[in-house]
Amino acid sequence: MTDASMTPTDAPKKKSSLMAQDARTRKRNAAETRFRMYGMAAIAVGLLFLVFLFTSILRSGLPAFTQTVVDIEFTLTQEQFDTAESKMLKTGEYQKIFVNALSEQLDARGLDVAFDAKAIQRIVGKPGGTIRSFFLENPDRIGTPVSFELAASSRVDGYFNGRMTRDTLVDSRFLMATDLDLVDALEEAGIIGGAFNWNFITGTDSGVDNPGGAGLGASVIGSFFMMLVVLFLSLPIGVAASIYLEEFAPKNRWTDLIEVNISNLAAVPSIVFGILGLAVFIQFAGFPQSAPLVGGLVLTLMTLPTIIISTRASLAAVPPSIRDAALGVGASKMQSVFHHVLPLAMPGILTGTIIGLAQALGETAPLLLIGMVGFVAREYPETFVGGFTDANSAMPAQIYTWASRADPGFYEKAWGGIIILLLFLITMNAIAVVLRRRFERRW
Amino acid sequence: MSFVKLSTSALALTAMAATTAVARDQVQVAGSSTVLPYASIVAEAFGENFDFPTPVVESGGSSSGLKRFCEGVGENTIDIANASRAIREKEIKACAEAGVTDIIEVRIGYDGIVFASQTNGPAYTAFQPADIFNALGSKVLVDGAIVDNPHAQWADFNADLPAADIMAFIPGTKHGTREVFEDKVLLEGCEATGAMAAMMEAGMSEDDAEDACIDVRQDGASVDIDGDYTETLARIDANPNGIGIFGLAFFENNQDKLKVATMGGVAPSTETISTGEYPVSRPLFFYVKKAHIGVIPGLKEFASFFVADEIAGPDGPLSAYGLVADPELSETQTAIEAETPMGGGS
Repeated sequence: MTDASMTPTDAPKKKSSLMAQDARTRKRNAAETRFRMYGMAAIAVGLLFLVFLFTSILRSGLPAFTQTVVDIEFTLTQEQFDTAESKMLKTGEYQKIFVNALSEQLDARGLDVAFDAKAIQRIVGKPGGTIRSFFLENPDRIGTPVSFELAASSRVDGYFNGRMTRDTLVDSRFLMATDLDLVDALEEAGIIGGAFNWNFITGTDSGVDNPGGAGLGASVIGSFFMMLVVLFLSLPIGVAASIYLEEFAPKNRWTDLIEVNISNLAAVPSIVFGILGLAVFIQFAGFPQSAPLVGGLVLTLMTLPTIIISTRASLAAVPPSIRDAALGVGASKMQSVFHHVLPLAMPGILTGTIIGLAQALGETAPLLLIGMVGFVAREYPETFVGGFTDANSAMPAQIYTWASRADPGFYEKAWGGIIILLLFLITMNAIAVVLRRRFERRW
Repeated sequence: MSFVKLSTSALALTAMAATTAVARDQVQVAGSSTVLPYASIVAEAFGENFDFPTPVVESGGSSSGLKRFCEGVGENTIDIANASRAIREKEIKACAEAGVTDIIEVRIGYDGIVFASQTNGPAYTAFQPADIFNALGSKVLVDGAIVDNPHAQWADFNADLPAADIMAFIPGTKHGTREVFEDKVLLEGCEATGAMAAMMEAGMSEDDAEDACIDVRQDGASVDIDGDYTETLARIDANPNGIGIFGLAFFENNQDKLKVATMGGVAPSTETISTGEYPVSRPLFFYVKKAHIGVIPGLKEFASFFVADEIAGPDGPLSAYGLVADPELSETQTAIEAETPMGGGS
């Protein structure tokens, strides 16, 4: 649409043609091209960051899903069992039995490497607890050979997955360079090797000296119960509030004030909700510390504004003609809302809710203050109610805890936890997208 | 209308959950991030070896742990506070005001504080307390006069040290480690350089001079770290010239990334700390609320399990992780058995 060509009579001297662009057009076109390039550059930078982020997460986190295990079959005699059970530190006793059994088997195989019980102790992780709980559950297996796959120590694990090499190893009481010869020999003999780390997905947190035993399972359950609380509180409260504000409430100074406050609440940093939760739910109401119930309540407060805002937007998007038609055939205001407007607004409401939940799922800061960070997610809840009240952690809190532990093995676990958390978030967002695509109505 | 039903049932569920939650059956511990690793090792073993549920151990620093400990008596307060320093007089007073009167002090062992830097960084290999004071004190003695710290490089005051910019990452004031750093390094260094004597000559009282000695320069050469040692480690990773303060166990777990400096000519190790040769070490404690014993199941068992020979002794898992075993462990054990509170009275 060059106007120069449209008014040739005004400027007869200027010869312009659609084929040859004049300077101004070229300039405008160049500006447009530049703008497109900027846009593409911005997207490219964004993608670059994304790729960088994903590769670094995957590279650091994937080793957490494999585990170096010691594969060994040995027999626990009734006498050994009774002795171990009579001790105070029973798991330590099982550990000794295990180390002895492994040394004997290595002796019998006649390995070419010199070793002592201490070296084996450094190579195997902390299997005492696993062995004890197996024999407590299966007392009939005492006296018969049982085959175990037990996690090796985190240093050996690091040696296998490349976190640590012979060159970077500094001799310490955790692992000596000479132990690696033994590890190599064990690998040749097929006693030590890699396996998929199911325990990382289903297990519970472990002590700082036992990265091999750490798992995210319990905190996934903690997150699940928190999300239950958030869903069953924030969805009904949020939807009810929005319906009232959008459909019934008079427009006056009070409702304006409430609206402004809701928008402001959505922007409040989440740590503030944590402080509020500590003061109100724990110190005043006396709810238990570290409980997913309190975590859920705090996150409900955080999610409510998000849900209210998105619900109001989707209610407002339903055309007034629908309300008018319903009222016209004699429906009451409430009937028109619940029978017609709300069902049509539902996809938008659900999308907003899921995105609010996803946001709450990844939140750590408020959980810091209500006692969900630390050595918490050690046990699965035994009952459904216990799921709300028993001390538990949440996925992001667990990741934070692992990242602050000294053993590099836990750092790897933290990255692995990020992968699992991201999977959950991607799933939730995908569900939101599908819902929106499927049920969204346009007028 | 299903929303009304939903919300009613959700509220009912919450109320139900809240009422059943009254009786806590789990020991709750909070406090020092230095003690946290040890406490989590013990808590895991306790859960594995006893029929009690695994105690919950939170972090946060000695001061914040003791503050929460002193909030009062009752099931929504913590049972045990971990501390990397002894409880202070004013904390005992605050505790007493909130009704926490009988406190059992348990010393679990000793921990060394080490000065470490990047393996590839400048050769920070040997320090004296005086060097650290000259580098980090806010007022130091230069040519016989007390002046604001003018040193930009380590070599400025000690030619044996590398000519690298002073950059130190020290624990924040909420950490118990800070107090030890002040008492055993800054104050020692202050006395050794003669700065303290000079301050007192200039008319300061002894207390004021001590306070001035442990005051750290604020011009950016020294950075307070409020987080855990992992944060210090990340800072050291990013700063080749940086020097950080770590617990011995943390350093030993990350020896591939860090090199340690000797202090007063002694290299830190469990041996040198247990003999007392290495100067910068401190006892680690936890404090038990006596009023909770018998109310919270497993509390006393956990406390005695913590200091049992099998756990905190020289061959136990805590030593294996880096704790320096307390030679007087048996006295601590007896004190827990008898539930002897601090101050001897009961």
